[in-house]
Amino acid sequence: MKTDDLIDRLSADLPPTPSAAIPARLIAAAGFGALAALVLVVAWLRVRPDISEAAAGAFFWVKAAYTAALGVAGFLAIERLARPAGSPRRGLVLAVLAVAALAAPAAWQLFAAEAAGRAQMWLGGSWTVCPRNILVLSLPMLALTLWFVRGLAPTRLALAGAAAGLFSGGVAATVYGLHCPEHTAAFVATWYTLGVLLTVALGALAGPRVLRW
Amino acid sequence: MELEARLKALMLRGLDGDAAAYRELLSQLSRMLRGYFARRLHVEAEVEDLVQDCLLAVHTRRATYDRAQPFTAWAHAVARYKLIDHYRRQRVRVHVPVEEAAELLFADPRDATAAPDLARMLDVLPERQRRLVMDVKIEGLSLAEAGARGGLSPGAAKVSLHRAMKLLTARARDLED
Repeated sequence: MKTDDLIDRLSADLPPTPSAAIPARLIAAAGFGALAALVLVVAWLRVRPDISEAAAGAFFWVKAAYTAALGVAGFLAIERLARPAGSPRRGLVLAVLAVAALAAPAAWQLFAAEAAGRAQMWLGGSWTVCPRNILVLSLPMLALTLWFVRGLAPTRLALAGAAAGLFSGGVAATVYGLHCPEHTAAFVATWYTLGVLLTVALGALAGPRVLRW
Repeated sequence: MELEARLKALMLRGLDGDAAAYRELLSQLSRMLRGYFARRLHVEAEVEDLVQDCLLAVHTRRATYDRAQPFTAWAHAVARYKLIDHYRRQRVRVHVPVEEAAELLFADPRDATAAPDLARMLDVLPERQRRLVMDVKIEGLSLAEAGARGGLSPGAAKVSLHRAMKLLTARARDLED
């Protein structure tokens, strides 16, 4: 086809483009991802039986705020990286701040604890499964987010995949809090973070393969 | 109106559904893209394929343009991505250097509407850099040839040209505000 004909065709049918289309669809992906993770928690992992007492305590919400902050950081990063030459800076700054904000009190808590109780405080009862569970819960949202971003125009594919992973991992880890009874900052700062990082790594690996356009 | 400001205005109207403005944008962009790829590929059929591929990408992915950002920077990033992708598909290992968006802005210097912009933009450069930009970007001399004209080594010419393009990109941005 001649280029002029192509231009004619492309400009023939031109519906207006809404300016907030990308954030709106990312938020829809988060909604779907949270719902899918919730179904997995209810059907597979079970909601923690003491959920109502736990939700009355502060740490339940600290945990949720931490993982949600990681999800928001991922949102900010992928919202930019889904565009040509987008920069992940804002999302990266928020993610680093969130990790630092939890890691500092976690380290202090460990340091101040009796030596005999430290291992228990750090490893809890589920350190062997926590990162894996978060990864599994994040998969539906990661797949949807990558599929959506593939239709946009990322130019740094591994980085965009990683940001999609942070976005999905943060949301999944927040939902995982409904199942997980662990209640120390040291546990969350280590094993939740590791679970989210697994999703980030998977996204970074998948990015260059599935995001090309 | 300056080139960047004019293109951006056309894009914004296009995004709101103005087909005539959008059509004008695409035809102007196609000339810029042709200049951009022609300088880098030298096979006419490949150049035209890439121009069309880019126009199609610009069209189907136009929602990724952030209205608060310069249009040229966005279009340049699309073109550069398509160029790298082209090399990758041809299994050619070519390093595409980090470049400034002004590369695309001046890719079609024979465009009469761009010429006054170009002259005005080049004003910001010191004489030696202006000469260098004209020789390399418009006359199409190699860095070595252009450098020799101004008494520069190819390396020094490369650095000087990069600085000039950076300055021009910043200037295009200023003019838009």
